[in-house]
Amino acid sequence: MSFFKRLRDAIVQKSEAVTQKFTDGLAKTRDLLVEKVEDLVRRYKKIDENFFEELEEILITADVGVNTVMELIDELRSEVRKQKIEDAMDLQPILSEKLVALLKNDDSMDAGLNIEDGRLNVILFVGVNGVGKTTTIGKMAHMFKQQGKKVLLAAGDTFRAAAIEQLEVWGDRVGVDVIKHQQGADPAAVIYDAVQAAKSRGVDILLCDTAGRLQNKVNLMEELSKVHRVLQRELPGAPHEVLLVLDATTGQNALSQAKTFGKSAGVTGIVLTKLDGTAKGGIVIAIRNELNIPVKYVGLGERMDDLQPFDPEQFVHALFAGLIAQETEGEQQPEA
Amino acid sequence: MAFESLASRLQSAFDKLRGRGKIDEAVVSEAMREVRLALLEADVNFKVVKDFVARVKERAVGQEVLKSLTPGQMVIKIVNEELIELMGGNVAQLAASHRPPTVVMMAGLQGAGKTTTTGKLAKYLQKQNRKPLLVAADIYRPAAIKQLQVLGDQLNVPVFSLGDQVSPVEIAKQAIDHAKANHLDYVIIDTAGRLHIDEALMEELKQVREVARPDEILLVVDAMTGQDAVNVAESFNSQLELTGVILTKLDGDTRGGAALSVKAVTGKPIKFAAMGEKLDALEPFHPDRMASRILGMGDVLSLIEKAQEAVDEEKAKEMERQMRQGEFTFDMFLDAMQQMRNLGPFEDLLGMMPGMNKMKGSVKVDEKQIARVEAIAKSMTKEERSNPELLNASRRKRIAAGSGTTIQEVNRFIKQFDEMKKMMKQFTGVADKMKKKAKKKGFGLPFMGKGGNQGGNNFPFNFKPPFK
Repeated sequence: MSFFKRLRDAIVQKSEAVTQKFTDGLAKTRDLLVEKVEDLVRRYKKIDENFFEELEEILITADVGVNTVMELIDELRSEVRKQKIEDAMDLQPILSEKLVALLKNDDSMDAGLNIEDGRLNVILFVGVNGVGKTTTIGKMAHMFKQQGKKVLLAAGDTFRAAAIEQLEVWGDRVGVDVIKHQQGADPAAVIYDAVQAAKSRGVDILLCDTAGRLQNKVNLMEELSKVHRVLQRELPGAPHEVLLVLDATTGQNALSQAKTFGKSAGVTGIVLTKLDGTAKGGIVIAIRNELNIPVKYVGLGERMDDLQPFDPEQFVHALFAGLIAQETEGEQQPEA
Repeated sequence: MAFESLASRLQSAFDKLRGRGKIDEAVVSEAMREVRLALLEADVNFKVVKDFVARVKERAVGQEVLKSLTPGQMVIKIVNEELIELMGGNVAQLAASHRPPTVVMMAGLQGAGKTTTTGKLAKYLQKQNRKPLLVAADIYRPAAIKQLQVLGDQLNVPVFSLGDQVSPVEIAKQAIDHAKANHLDYVIIDTAGRLHIDEALMEELKQVREVARPDEILLVVDAMTGQDAVNVAESFNSQLELTGVILTKLDGDTRGGAALSVKAVTGKPIKFAAMGEKLDALEPFHPDRMASRILGMGDVLSLIEKAQEAVDEEKAKEMERQMRQGEFTFDMFLDAMQQMRNLGPFEDLLGMMPGMNKMKGSVKVDEKQIARVEAIAKSMTKEERSNPELLNASRRKRIAAGSGTTIQEVNRFIKQFDEMKKMMKQFTGVADKMKKKAKKKGFGLPFMGKGGNQGGNNFPFNFKPPFK
């Protein structure tokens, strides 16, 4: 069975609706990336240096990351030599397979959130300015509320003007409480209060907002470490998840963000936002490849329910939808 | 993070290229590969990189290498000039309408930093004794209006708002009337963040533009944006006809290649750079600084500039002619020393060389020792300087006394000078041969001291003396 067939079968078992959302949300990505690959394969009957160069260009344009692309191209080159592939068409499935492999989570790594019933679960959100932390918290609060969980929000962004109000608006929309202090207060103190409140109210899930900070600001990263320490001290095992929120339009700097936030706040997963633009979010491949941090959720639109668990197979399926359709057709014909 | 690694990578690529007088195809291709990677890693758009590299290549091939530079440095110099050129050359100004108020409209993706930048721009105008009005036209994001109001309070700048139930078009219209009535001379309209592919919201922006007739439409771009920056900029520009760009979050460690992409596809100047959390952290954009940042070249560029200024080309040519005839005199040595010293203190020079920073501690360059050597050479008579053969024991004794050194030092210097002379003769031979020998023997200048010679830290590491 071909690789695409297997991938498709794996997808079929998943809910149609979610697949649709991925397919829609990634429409732009798909158009750009897949059409280019298709076009490339069509134009080059034979694989030569120019072919690889153009492929490299396509991948880099998707923000996949220079190092990762170079590695990938090298692997493909040796694969071509080993299997004596001449036809560009034959390389296509190998490429897709390698891409999925890059994104696929190891069995040891859980792509789901570390949430358990019957205890207080704390999720800390971190990231640079303007990536969509507060919005993601709003969407996630909505998601947990739908699941019948008791949710509490902590307004830990005490720096940016009106960040607290922004979270409060989300609290109202979703119907959950927000623990807050004044602007300019110590974020660690807000988080402390929030944990106490969550304990006494018997909350299932506490979502903690923090102020956006650029990862090279040492003092601000220290502040984040302090928040992390307070959480650890006040609740054994907390924070159960530290999610780095990443903007899909971000380029190579995302690697630096993942590295530094990983160090200061012990990031356990990534939420990739704004994937519904023309951006391809290819940088998650680089992050996955170089830092081994799994992507857990993706933001695919402006609506409250546009936050979806990340599924590498869905992601690649959405990226290569055109290719998959083609190939399965090609396979079914001889059978018929 | 990629900073040092890039600089040293370029360095190692250029090391291979040393000793060529002209920039040929091979040199350029080698250098361009590294430059291309550097630009891609800095998030410059692929297409922009391609065009750029092609242009630099064309310009660089066949160029005469400045006497003081290696071919690699020459290529970088061209790259840098082209980069600055591409990014707009000069610092751009904010428009001022002769019929106030001047209307400035901010646009951009979500989270680029429009609202914060609006506040910063108000502060910037305030410092120039202008009276800005902030207009809260972001009716979509929760608490966006509140955010602008808080900023307005902090700055003591009026904020115009009609709540989040009135259309941005209406808000803009009334805001301008309000500004006119209150004699405010700048109106800054903060719009909601939107995807450039969101047709409904882009249409709304066009309507705001119709009504407000802004003198400036500024696209706010996150400096960390990756390859997608071109699509965003292109789309906003074609739909709104931008007048300029503001780059935000430049205080991060991003190399900011987005700047280049945006400039290249829109042709619109980058007017400001936002570099910090505070409200006064908005600066006019300097293309030259951005160029070195994108290249990650540190101070190599300023070193190249220095070398350019300091080296007297005429003298260098004359020296080269003499050298080809196998001459090398103390006069020439003094000239060469002088030219090098024009570049500044030695330690500083070392610090500016990529990859040399580490060595700064280990290579001891004794400035005093240099002075002594110079004193010795200067204590010679004219005849002695041009004809080193004359230096017998009695003359050496006199020179030692005249320069305040000992005979031993004078002897050592003369011996080292002879070594150099031998080396110089080989210089005139095949360049490759020279390179090998130089490596074996250690081409030490007298002032490098014993440690320098033994450690194999040859003086002209990368920096060539003005003669070849």
